[in-house]
Amino acid sequence: MELTGQHLGMTLSISALDHDNAAYFGYCAKGELRLQRCRPCGLIRAPPGPACPWCAASDFEWVSLNGRGKVYSYTEVRHAVQPAFLPYLPYVALLVELDEQRAQPSDHEALRLIGNLALADGTLASPDVVRQVGIGSRVRVVFARVGEGLAIPLWTLDESASQPDSVWRYPELSTPP
Amino acid sequence: MQTSEHIVEGGRHLRGRYAIVGVGETTYTRGSGKTTRALAGWAVRNAIADAGLRPSEIDGLLSYQMGDSTSGATVAGDLGIRPDFFMDVWGGGSSTEALVGLAMGAIEAGMCRTVVIFRAMNGYSQTRIGGTGRSDAPITGDELHERTYGWRTPGQWFAPTFMRHMYEFGTRPEQVAMVRVAHSKHASNNPKALHRKRVTAADVLASRMICTPLHLLDCCIETDNATAIVVTSIERARHLRHAPAVILGVVGRTCKPRPDMHFQHGPITTVAARWAAPRLWKGAGVGPEDVDVTGSYDAFTFTTMLQLEDYGFCAKGEGGDYVASGIIELGGQRPNNTSGGHLCEGYTHGVSMVVENVRQLRHDADDSCQVGPDGRRQHTHDYREGGCRQVRKVDITANFGWGTPAYGSALVMGREA
Repeated sequence: MELTGQHLGMTLSISALDHDNAAYFGYCAKGELRLQRCRPCGLIRAPPGPACPWCAASDFEWVSLNGRGKVYSYTEVRHAVQPAFLPYLPYVALLVELDEQRAQPSDHEALRLIGNLALADGTLASPDVVRQVGIGSRVRVVFARVGEGLAIPLWTLDESASQPDSVWRYPELSTPP
Repeated sequence: MQTSEHIVEGGRHLRGRYAIVGVGETTYTRGSGKTTRALAGWAVRNAIADAGLRPSEIDGLLSYQMGDSTSGATVAGDLGIRPDFFMDVWGGGSSTEALVGLAMGAIEAGMCRTVVIFRAMNGYSQTRIGGTGRSDAPITGDELHERTYGWRTPGQWFAPTFMRHMYEFGTRPEQVAMVRVAHSKHASNNPKALHRKRVTAADVLASRMICTPLHLLDCCIETDNATAIVVTSIERARHLRHAPAVILGVVGRTCKPRPDMHFQHGPITTVAARWAAPRLWKGAGVGPEDVDVTGSYDAFTFTTMLQLEDYGFCAKGEGGDYVASGIIELGGQRPNNTSGGHLCEGYTHGVSMVVENVRQLRHDADDSCQVGPDGRRQHTHDYREGGCRQVRKVDITANFGWGTPAYGSALVMGREA
């Protein structure tokens, strides 16, 4: 069955043929961050897809993750290209590195997901919160319901984690030599 | 399991067996008032004439597009070309150099003798980056993980790579801004460039922020234009109008271990050039130190820096120092994008930088220097504003095409001894 939803006025549509994304976002609607774990090699992959990036096997199971991690990189968008985001400037696209499977199967690999910085209720973060977040910030997943049986994952500052003393942010006041 | 190292077999391949013999383009404008079909015909006609050929002597066409242009078969009809071979490839940046290799392959396979490669786009007046109504289409498939989060333009996609480079290596915005400074200097000596005003690093940093770390002047210009190049065998090239720009080596859309999972596989500050470089330099029989002029895809200031770094012009992590050192400016040791590139001349998905390097190899850059009685410009090598942009000594050039951080192409050309 096709899944549809509305997010910030944008239409989301998941084809009935797209089993991987339908399952992923369907679990989000139940408040669960789940990813596919390859049965033969045991590695979890993100984003969802039909085969294991490491061993090419197609046999997998959906496993729950704790939804916690840290900001690996980000961009703070000040010029919205999509009209839906105009009311939310500046907004942040985070690259979140999950705690699970970090540095596996090699040093440079990890489960890293793109998603917006949000408040705990799933609304996009306000400018004062945007200014607090940088590379190294601890975040946790939150879900925004966008339709019947459909939600999307977003990320908020993890209140239960100890945040680093300082995080790396783009050096706004940098001046030419 | 895939490893980060790979073995580059062979070496010579078709080194020296093919050449670029003609180059041409339309004007660079924001508002062409023409279809991509008309633009393509204009540029292809110019490239064929530049080679000293007649349209009837072209029997192959290659083009690339993303649903925003006109097929080679249609353009052929407009020019009186009867193709024995044509193909329209899906793609933007990184297509140019890959198609040069495919053109060589098509000729080598006996499918045709002379191939014109073109890219025609109304990048401003028709299909803009992320705009022109496409934002309204339902978000579906793998875009669910991107557009849903306001992450849907090349600048937004690449930004986490650029930011992480700053974080890991201490790369500073004012260093990377020097790419724009250099290219604006070059464009000031290119009468056909869209942005001919020289800028400073302070100008770049003072321009409005689009998405960190990209200011407006860190980004290229959406442009209407078409560009074309003609590829044929070295034997045929020797009988044509110009000294051939000999193809020494080419790599096409070389990928990182997982081109679809750049951010998961990392290191995200390393781009496809790292994997393309061994094959490129071995195939061409030269190294970075032999290159006189580079053309490094400057969709953004950062893309130029990352490619120069990962093709081996400086150590990993030192790209900021390298692009700020003056080396990449006219008058420096190895100028990059002497036309002004995508940042200043106009955005054309890579062909324009090959066009420029062909002219540099001919020692015939189309600047404002006077044309002598032999029809060639008398270059002064005075690089002050409005002056010359011909590099004094150009024997070897290299072009680096960027598709995404995860895949890229490259082309090394030289003069015949």
